[in-house]
Amino acid sequence: MIPVSEITKLAVRSLLRNKSRSILTMLGIIIGVSAVILLVSIGQGLQSYITQQFESLGSDLIVVLPGKVGGGGISSAPNLAGSKLTLTDVDRLSRLGGAIESVGAGIEMPSTVSYLGKSKYTTTAGLTAEYQKMRNLTVSDGRMISDSDNRSNRNVVDVGPGIVDALFNGANPIGKQVTMGGQKFQVVGILSKIASGGFGVDINSFVVLPLTSAQQLFGMKSVQAIGVKAIDKDSIPQAIAQVNKELGKYHKSDDFSVVDSSSLVATINQILGVVTLALGGIAAISLVVGGVGIMNIMLVSVTERTREIGLRKAVGAKPQDILIQFLIESVALSVTGGGIGVLIGYLGSLAINQFINTTVTFWSVALAFGVSAAIGIIFGVAPAARASKLNPIEALKYE
Amino acid sequence: MKFVMTSLISLSKVIKTYKLGDDVEVFALKGIDLEIKEGEFVAIIGPSGSGKSTLMHIIGILDQPTSGVVKLEGSDVELLPEQKLAELRNKHIGFVFQAFNLLPKTSAVENVELPLIYSNVSAGERRKRAIEALQTVDLGERLNHTPSQLSGGQQQRVAVARALVTNPSLILADEPTGNLDSKAGDEIIDLLKDLNKKGHTIVLVTHEREIAEQAKRIVEIKDGLIIADHKTR
Repeated sequence: MIPVSEITKLAVRSLLRNKSRSILTMLGIIIGVSAVILLVSIGQGLQSYITQQFESLGSDLIVVLPGKVGGGGISSAPNLAGSKLTLTDVDRLSRLGGAIESVGAGIEMPSTVSYLGKSKYTTTAGLTAEYQKMRNLTVSDGRMISDSDNRSNRNVVDVGPGIVDALFNGANPIGKQVTMGGQKFQVVGILSKIASGGFGVDINSFVVLPLTSAQQLFGMKSVQAIGVKAIDKDSIPQAIAQVNKELGKYHKSDDFSVVDSSSLVATINQILGVVTLALGGIAAISLVVGGVGIMNIMLVSVTERTREIGLRKAVGAKPQDILIQFLIESVALSVTGGGIGVLIGYLGSLAINQFINTTVTFWSVALAFGVSAAIGIIFGVAPAARASKLNPIEALKYE
Repeated sequence: MKFVMTSLISLSKVIKTYKLGDDVEVFALKGIDLEIKEGEFVAIIGPSGSGKSTLMHIIGILDQPTSGVVKLEGSDVELLPEQKLAELRNKHIGFVFQAFNLLPKTSAVENVELPLIYSNVSAGERRKRAIEALQTVDLGERLNHTPSQLSGGQQQRVAVARALVTNPSLILADEPTGNLDSKAGDEIIDLLKDLNKKGHTIVLVTHEREIAEQAKRIVEIKDGLIIADHKTR
């Protein structure tokens, strides 16, 4: 047999002789590989974004949600509309002391905010001062919504920078009156811009008002979430026990759920991991389709090049020479396609990163590339074997 | 040229049969005895279906007889594995086909290099020998032309150069003028005669007596048997 380096040159030359066919053959692999990398990067990005968001809440945080929230698995969502948790519960918890450092609460509702004929449909959050702290909210100008605003039920709001742009054309809104649900609210502060945008929710167009005012505005008596901050990370189990015990006195056990942020993150990560795998799996199907495409073209190419194969054999090519040439041709196609696919997938995920966080992981690149090389070998064997077995006499007679 | 001509290829009692279906056996060659010596210019002539193609395949070691003995330079070639046959073809036989069989979209010089690739000649040496072979067939100016940029006669000359380049014991030309007009065909025959004068052994397979007459010896085959074997002059 002649050296593999020589056969490789023959293979590359014959692929270059049919440039357009080679490119079309690679297309399936290019699409498959770039889809795998892109979809997995979106899934991974989603996962790290959510983990990050939860971690910014602080790891010593416990959240009490209404209804039964699935413990560890994927079961029911919190029953926000039928919440039986009230501000009285918040007061009870905050008097407990022990492992509990502070307690806050909030509700979140969509609402239309308007100013001088302009309006914007956005998320409004009624929050206690403590809960704002737990959510790491700050103002870039003006002041936060305070405890006294909450106690006196004042009609004041902090608005996000998105609202300043949409309703005030960027002018300073502090002191101005906006309208929500027919009531007037005075703007007292501008919320700091939050850096990363996420998933279509315009988190910079948030409106924050006192929890009590929000309850009045939306005609609610309950709260949707109670945040409990433990004195430190190690005291979380004790704090959970305290919360369970205290709330258990006044509520049925399936009226509320106590979750700490780390177990929530674990649950969400588990769900997103499955989603990412599913996305990767769907994309992997297109990789296999690409492989079948390569086999198809290689089989056609063997038929089309029957005379060439006959000639090569007549002038002294051994069966292995032919076998390896065809195998190298299909591997070269799939690996080159895989390489281009990795590049496109990577660039694509950089582009999408402008809108949604994406993370290209090493394993997705390695997997996609490895699979495409394997596909080249697996789907190249049949055509190459056929080529190597051709009888030179019949091959030369082939029309 | 040697005065004592040694046997290059010899066939004795060569029989070749093909199976058609399960029971029907067709005899393509019914017992051929033939010896070709170094430096000869032999034409094998016969009508289609006479078995001359089968004979050519056996002489060219592309095919093996059902029974009988084939010796190439004194040693048996039957029962050798496919790999060894490929090696022998590469070393000893240069083929010229009716349909030229050049690789498309590939330059003349690369086409001529092809047999040398399979005998492990280094790239530099390959190029040098391919250029020499193309100069021998008077195509030294057309090295980088692809087959589609060459006339039929020129393409066949590239094929002759490809047959020459390994310096084989035998050049086997199968109807080399079949796809050419008479002028280009004459040029190819003249080229083969010229190569024979330089010492190359040539076997020419044809069905045209006029072309066979150009050789030094004519072997006539009909129904799988040699019916005449004579010198032309």
